[in-house]
Amino acid sequence: MSVPILDVVDLHAAYGRIEVLRGVDLSVPKGAVMALLGPNGAGKSTLVKVISGQKEATSGDIHLAGVHVRNAKSDDLARVGLCTVPEGRSVFPNLTVEENLRLMSYAGVPTAAILETAYSYFPRLHERRNQLAGTMSGGEQQMLAMSRALASDPALLLLDELSMGLAPLIVEELYDTVARIAESGVSILCIEQFARTALRVSDYAAVMSGGRIVATGEPGEILDTMADVILGGAA
Amino acid sequence: MSSLFAFTLLGLFTGAAYAIMASGLVLTYTTTRVFNIAHGAFGMVLAFTFWDFTQRQGLPTVVSLILVLGVVAPAIGWFIQRFVTRGLGEGPVSVALVVTVGLLVGLIGLAQQIWKPQPRVLLPFYPETGWQLGDTYITAHQVITIVCSIIVALGLYLLLNRTRIGTAMRASVDNPDLLKLFGGRPDTVAALAWAIGMSLAALGGILLTPVVGLDYFSLTLLVINAYAAAMLGRLKSLPLTFAGAMGLGVLESWAVAYLPTDGFWSTIRPVIPALFLFAIVVIMPQAQLRIGQVKGIIAAPVPSMTRAAGSGGVLLAFAFVLISLVSRSDVLLIGVAATYAMVMLSLVLLTGYGGHVSLAQFTFAGVGALAYAKLDEPNLFGLAMAGLIAAGVGALVALPVLRLTGLYLALSTLAFAVLMDKMIFQAEYAFKFNGVLATERLSILGVRIGSDRSYVWFMVLSFVLMGLFLLWLRRGALGRLLIAMRDSPSGCGTLGLDLRWFRVGLFSLSAGMAGLAGGLFAGLRGTVGAADFLYFQSLLVLLLAVVFGVTSVTGAMLGGTALMLLPVWQSSAPSLAGLLFAVLGFGAVLLGRDPNGIANHLFKLGRLGTGRLLPQWEQQFRLRLDGLLKPGRPAPAHSIDRVDEAVTEPMTGPMNQGVS
Amino acid sequence: MGALLEVDDVVVKFGGVTAVNRANFTAERGQITGLIGPNGAGKTTCFNVITGLQRPTSGRVRYRDRDVSRWPVHKRAKHGIGRTFQRLEAFGSLSVRDNVRVAHDIHGGPLAWVRPSGRTSLEIDVLLDRVGIAEYADERADSVPTGTARLLELARALACNPQLLLLDEPSSGLDETETDAFGELLKDLAAEGAAILMVEHDMDLVMAVCDDIHVLDFGQIIASGTPAAVRTDPAVQRAYLGYAETDHEGDHTSEMGAVS
Repeated sequence: MSVPILDVVDLHAAYGRIEVLRGVDLSVPKGAVMALLGPNGAGKSTLVKVISGQKEATSGDIHLAGVHVRNAKSDDLARVGLCTVPEGRSVFPNLTVEENLRLMSYAGVPTAAILETAYSYFPRLHERRNQLAGTMSGGEQQMLAMSRALASDPALLLLDELSMGLAPLIVEELYDTVARIAESGVSILCIEQFARTALRVSDYAAVMSGGRIVATGEPGEILDTMADVILGGAA
Repeated sequence: MSSLFAFTLLGLFTGAAYAIMASGLVLTYTTTRVFNIAHGAFGMVLAFTFWDFTQRQGLPTVVSLILVLGVVAPAIGWFIQRFVTRGLGEGPVSVALVVTVGLLVGLIGLAQQIWKPQPRVLLPFYPETGWQLGDTYITAHQVITIVCSIIVALGLYLLLNRTRIGTAMRASVDNPDLLKLFGGRPDTVAALAWAIGMSLAALGGILLTPVVGLDYFSLTLLVINAYAAAMLGRLKSLPLTFAGAMGLGVLESWAVAYLPTDGFWSTIRPVIPALFLFAIVVIMPQAQLRIGQVKGIIAAPVPSMTRAAGSGGVLLAFAFVLISLVSRSDVLLIGVAATYAMVMLSLVLLTGYGGHVSLAQFTFAGVGALAYAKLDEPNLFGLAMAGLIAAGVGALVALPVLRLTGLYLALSTLAFAVLMDKMIFQAEYAFKFNGVLATERLSILGVRIGSDRSYVWFMVLSFVLMGLFLLWLRRGALGRLLIAMRDSPSGCGTLGLDLRWFRVGLFSLSAGMAGLAGGLFAGLRGTVGAADFLYFQSLLVLLLAVVFGVTSVTGAMLGGTALMLLPVWQSSAPSLAGLLFAVLGFGAVLLGRDPNGIANHLFKLGRLGTGRLLPQWEQQFRLRLDGLLKPGRPAPAHSIDRVDEAVTEPMTGPMNQGVS
Repeated sequence: MGALLEVDDVVVKFGGVTAVNRANFTAERGQITGLIGPNGAGKTTCFNVITGLQRPTSGRVRYRDRDVSRWPVHKRAKHGIGRTFQRLEAFGSLSVRDNVRVAHDIHGGPLAWVRPSGRTSLEIDVLLDRVGIAEYADERADSVPTGTARLLELARALACNPQLLLLDEPSSGLDETETDAFGELLKDLAAEGAAILMVEHDMDLVMAVCDDIHVLDFGQIIASGTPAAVRTDPAVQRAYLGYAETDHEGDHTSEMGAVS
């Protein structure tokens, strides 16, 4: 077996005295899409913050393509090919669409190539290229955010709650994009509340609860347990 | 009509220079969230540097200009961002304010030290050249100024909109963390913004020097003009900042042209930026409460009332002995120290407990002194009125500003201090220009406190009472509310507290305390004048209060003593006068991040002493005594209790050194 | 007389994003009303609109049959609207007891500042005991566990005798036993006549204590009713689990139209 693209070993992290990650073990194989599911407050977003260098871990190890990267800075990680799309709207609202795209060249891909990829995949962004990103609809903003993942050809893509506050049809469209990115061989770790949608495009799934990974497996197996975890057995 | 055109044109020239300076201020503030009060001071130092290069070193003008704008200024900007202001933007506004006020004072000191006071002239560019336009004469310098402002505007536009690093600057205004995820480096962006901002401060300073003169203070105060201009764009929009700057320049020019040259109206011109600023602040919309967790802050310990009263008693006894021992001039100095200490107590309430920064605290003392002198009621009623009037003025200042955030309050108080200093205090109905008012010593219930010694002791008593009052407030409901408001304004609001009026009340109470100090000070001096209440003094009061600890009564006492000693030391070593300011200012830059200041370290030392060292010493002492005396004397244990009232020990030390 | 609280067609827009889209719901005296929905559905924004921390783009908030939409935060609080926060707003550098004392100070006005503190202390201790955090009374609020800090915010709100109590994810950070006790406390409070509006992710708790539930999704109320009715509502299942194959509600077409 080859080296996994992301390998997290016994990772701990805390906010003040409150420990949020209590020994996370997670491994994403190269070229795979892994969905990370779990109820609110399970520590999913904190895990993304620690992997992407936005928050320091208290102990444990993170390997990115075999390289130890715990507590590396987020801008350095971004430059070596970790693409993180954080929770919420991950665009600069007071910059135009084109300016947002131009900033994506920090990840190492020429601006012209980024613009071409983004506009050919989302023609709508081309129509709105001189509009401020903050004035677009939520779905369009998320398209813009996804353009970075599409155009920068990352080694690993981290997606945090892509669907937050979006209508189901748009979420579907976004996940079509995710599937397409995955086809091009990019490894993806996506964190999601919309269990079914995320599982549709993923090869593996993990369930997080109470700061630990409590289950991993094929999407089919995981889906059956999800309704229980989220709707408290009521569904 | 043609004269209107001429004066408008002249105003636009000055406005263009303001615009250059203001755009640098906006650039650094938006990218790093640190408002650089020392922006004008940097412009001043760099204008002096330019003078040095051209006049003293004799370098060609163009070479000097390139050196200052292209090398010295960016290097300073980079250095300041890297080592002074990095990370300040995320912290409390008060810390960033204190640090940049420290820079301001330090830079003035540095300039005075390097370039000793003497008349210096920085000629306009191409002083001989000019053109006649109708009945208006336009100098080459004016044309250069306006060309520079156009170049700056265009350059900034191209940088921010057409380059990746400029786009990253705007992006880091929106969300620096996201910029990192894009692979950008907010720190590099911030350093570049400060480098450019500093160059713009330098250019603005150099262009304005022929207009305002090569002066430590006038150039430093240009920050108010820049701030006023930038406020029109809410410290965000560069185009509106340019518009504001032009408007301000034109207003000033019209004031020169159309206002009477004598009497009240003549005093308005220097304060137009301040008035312009207040007008804009009043029409700004109310800020909304922000939600988001705020961590509790460790503050200096609050002593129990009995312990505080005990410490006060010890201080009074000590002061009594000291006052009766030293010479008359030193007695008066102790009175001055007590005044400063009382003004700093008012800052303990406002800044230490309340988290707001005032850059006009000594001006409120001036209001109190003026009221005391004008009322001519040298008794408790007059003193109370001095406090009440200062409190009322404080409420008037705070009312329009407190709808906004702490930064706007602080900057507006600076404008207020300048307004009072340059206009009101010098007016006919106040101290008059270069004039003084005679004042009487205080009488209490018909008994006049006439002698210097008794009056100064009475001032120390007032300080002690004020300190006890403050500690009483701090221990009670008001103290709890102040801390609650600092920790979570939204929490207080949703519990039913009207934050705006509460803050106005707080600011007003603080101003009233300063006013009382001012009234007592007036009685001490016998004569008071506008020169006693320069705006700059308020900055020193703030800095020393923070350095010595703005969260404790002890800190105020130490700070007051130090501020009294500052001019004493400066006059004993005039060649080092500027250096002292520099040390103080840059010291505040280092210490400003901890508002608990030196006093808190003394408290810790005191606890360490009573906790560990003293028992050890005591034991050794006893062992030795046991050999000499009969065993079983309880006295050492008792003495430990006394020293345990830690506050008294460090309090007395420096005062003792200072006066003897 | 209408319900104690009526949220009437409230819209909140941030830039181009609509956080709350024509939300309508009510909260009745003596009842516990649940406000649930996925992350980012606009629940906390609704709370901010009701308490005055966020001005709505359009729509009204009616409280005790009066339009309070333009009232400032503190005035609404004085009239009996109390709340807790999802991101804690406890006074970190004060002790737990003093946190509640501040609520007393504010609620009582300046006159209360000079009131003998003995009686107030007793009231505070009773309150802390009631929400179950008496053992933490003398600890600094920023050093207690999250669950305790949430209960502290509840105690602080209760000190002002609210008629309408808004609780934003009150049970997160509580263990199972604590959650059960908390549920009982809520029922008692409602029985005493308070209207409780609660944003909560613990569905067991919501189903157990709520009289009425509103489900918020994309800023809109997509379902309202009793717990039993809501839990079987297909729209709710879709909102939570992201069923894709079903037809789409008419309300979402505007957003979809903008994209397709």
